[in-house]
Amino acid sequence: MIEARGLGRSFRTGGQTVVAVHGIDLTVAEGELVALLGPNGAGKSTTLRMLTTLLPPTAGTARVAGADVRTAPEWVRTAIGYVGQHHAAGENHRVRDELVTQGRWYGLGPRRSRQRADHLLDLLDLTALATRRPATLSGGQRRRVDIALGLMHQPRLLFLDEPSAGLDPRSRADIWAQILRLRREHGITVVLTTHYLDEADRVAERVVIVDAGRVIADGTPARLKAALGGDQIRITTETPADAGVAASIGARFTTPERVGTDGTAVTLRLVRADRELPRFLRELDHAGVTVTTAASSRPSLDDVFLTLTGRRLRESGDADPVHPATDPVHPAS
Amino acid sequence: MRKFLQDTVTSFHREIRPELRQPWGIVLAMAQPVLFLVLFGSVLTGPHSGFGGAETTWQWFVPGILIMMCLVGPLSCGHQLLSESSGGQLERILVTPVHRAALITGRTLKESVTLCAQAVLIIAIATPFGLTPHIPGALATMLLLTVLGIGLSAFSHLLAIAARPSGNLFWVATQLLLFPLMLLSGVLLPISAGPAWLRGLAAVNPVAYVVDAARALFAGQFLAPAVLPGVVAVAVVTALGLGLATRALRRGS
Repeated sequence: MIEARGLGRSFRTGGQTVVAVHGIDLTVAEGELVALLGPNGAGKSTTLRMLTTLLPPTAGTARVAGADVRTAPEWVRTAIGYVGQHHAAGENHRVRDELVTQGRWYGLGPRRSRQRADHLLDLLDLTALATRRPATLSGGQRRRVDIALGLMHQPRLLFLDEPSAGLDPRSRADIWAQILRLRREHGITVVLTTHYLDEADRVAERVVIVDAGRVIADGTPARLKAALGGDQIRITTETPADAGVAASIGARFTTPERVGTDGTAVTLRLVRADRELPRFLRELDHAGVTVTTAASSRPSLDDVFLTLTGRRLRESGDADPVHPATDPVHPAS
Repeated sequence: MRKFLQDTVTSFHREIRPELRQPWGIVLAMAQPVLFLVLFGSVLTGPHSGFGGAETTWQWFVPGILIMMCLVGPLSCGHQLLSESSGGQLERILVTPVHRAALITGRTLKESVTLCAQAVLIIAIATPFGLTPHIPGALATMLLLTVLGIGLSAFSHLLAIAARPSGNLFWVATQLLLFPLMLLSGVLLPISAGPAWLRGLAAVNPVAYVVDAARALFAGQFLAPAVLPGVVAVAVVTALGLGLATRALRRGS
């Protein structure tokens, strides 16, 4: 469905050339749900804008739904649906009117366009809001309108740029339920960008991690996390000497190279940390090691990002991924 | 061609619908030209104006007011595109296979239709003051205005596209364009009474030719020498405006 090779984009700004995307290779098969994950400014949205023909690439090639984005953008546009970062329905227009107009842009006849609009209003629980202006709707309702606009012509491929950004947790859950249901029922391919780790982990079948305009990892969330070497136990001791003893005991639970110490902190990588933690703590107690904190955790995509880049995704200039910002407008990355 | 026409109609419908739901907006937008018509017109038709009789003066002044409306409204309509651009609506539209030229044409056509409605109201308001409209002449003037409105609003869209994403320069550029075009066109006072340098500047202002043509047409003088240069000026402004705005939208997308 998508075949991008060496796709790149640079901009001239202030007399300098800034490379936003460095030769990305990306293949997406029909029916996949792929999340481009990365911090703001990573190049996710620029990549999406090139794939949706909004921005011409300055390097490489991309074929989307069988057509080249550079030489046949019209063909690409007829095959794809797009839900951007911002609310897409005009402020002065009624919701249903915007949907019907959207259908007309895609070449649907007037009657077909009205039928399709009514169907989507019903499907996305928007019928009661059909004659309202978008400015009078809540953030979640407006996002549902955006998704309806993206689906008017029954696209084979749907791009979603930060679909849940700026929404409260309940609206986020609602939007994802709608997207997943639509995908299940209509079998469309979905490519989305997000900087919410939990969303990418929970929803995507495949995660492509983008940083500084490059793809740095590509795989299923489970596989990416498994590559880190299992779960983690992290304890802190009262003294560095205790930490040394704890590290040597910890090596019996896993292998020495998977034990790390940092001052009074000790980390162990192992399988089923939740089961091993009580036994580890008992042995430390027998050895007279005073433990001040202890926790076991499964690796997250943030750990994957940390391993690959040396910094955490949530420290990379983003809004807190667990508590999304209320501002729906995020700078294009 | 079919796609162009269909998308032009769709674009026009999308833009005109909110106006039709709030027709008072069209009337309120006429406040400035009506004030000029009533206050300025009364001065010009006064006994010491030196303009001659009231009927002749209104016949001269009303087309100027219509052109003034044509400048003020369409030349600032690009702000809607700018607002849709910063709001994300334009991005959504540009991902669809909409014909880019049709998108611009439909939007500019809406400005011209609004302008026609306003022109009819202005003529109706001026009639009790002493204007005797020449109906075919008034219709020909409105046709000229409609096409000029398309051209000027296309230029306004061009400015809006160029001013993206912040849009800060849009209003500055609009004012810089609007006032010289208006003041050097003789809409309110005859340029022929001005000094040579002023007349020289007016000679390179296409709107000045349109004003002369509109006055001739409004008086029913269809074969007057001023008509052809005015028609050519309108054709050039419109073709150039639509061409450049469409190209800018294609590049910008």
